[in-house]
Amino acid sequence: MRADPRALRFSAAITTVILALVLAAGSVWPLAATVLLAAQALVFALGAAGRSPYGMLFKALVKSAPKETEDARPPRFAQGVGLAFAVAGLAGYLLGITPLALGATAAALLAAFLNAAFGFCLGCETYLLLRRLLPAAKLEVPQ
Amino acid sequence: MVLATLALGTVIGVVKLRRDGRVRDVAPAPDGLTEADLGAGLGERATLVQFSTAFCQPCRATRRVLADVSGIVPGVAHVEIDAESRLDLVRRLDIMRTPTVLVLDSSGNIVKRASGQPRKEEVLAALAGAVSHGSSHESSHNPDEM
Repeated sequence: MRADPRALRFSAAITTVILALVLAAGSVWPLAATVLLAAQALVFALGAAGRSPYGMLFKALVKSAPKETEDARPPRFAQGVGLAFAVAGLAGYLLGITPLALGATAAALLAAFLNAAFGFCLGCETYLLLRRLLPAAKLEVPQ
Repeated sequence: MVLATLALGTVIGVVKLRRDGRVRDVAPAPDGLTEADLGAGLGERATLVQFSTAFCQPCRATRRVLADVSGIVPGVAHVEIDAESRLDLVRRLDIMRTPTVLVLDSSGNIVKRASGQPRKEEVLAALAGAVSHGSSHESSHNPDEM
């Protein structure tokens, strides 16, 4: 499966805004932060399944075909990494563990921002590190 | 906290942009790579070893750069290794990310290393160094001919 790099950057930009809002709402308005983070976790889950809502929004808005496409597996893996952080942050909000909530959200925000602003995919780059630590683990994303 | 995170991201991003793909010297080590390690032959003058994964966007562009260079410079081989299937080498050489490119001299010693996508000019410059290093005993080889 191929992905449109413009759609990936667009998705990363929206994710950055959402996670920044979650972090800003943080301890001031925890309910709003929790709901927003839950929504973003769902988006990450859909993205990991290759059905990114932000990507679909981009496709609906921009009709032109991309100049080049890229392998869809790395960004999908990265969405899975994002999901793990979002779930950790969500657990932090729900259980009232504020450092976990803020720490996990900030980590996800950092990754999304690096992707949106610089085109670096931290989730993709951590893949080899994970494989080094867990050589036997099956981390393949089905095609 | 939002601003702190974004500021940190900006710093990391700028540092990464500047350091990515920079070809660095490697301290001389006793254990180079052999043809058995690589599963492929060493180049007559130098070898470009590229570690890649399927989960790596810049690997494709790196492949093009290195294939190009090994096409231009005679006696230089380009060997691409799938990091996931050679985790032994990945650990031995402490490879943290892909693409990582190693420049070997003619006897397989690692003389240069770049993590991230290297620029073509830098690879060519590194090769000039590797070739003179590997064949310093042969006066007939002139690295300037590259």
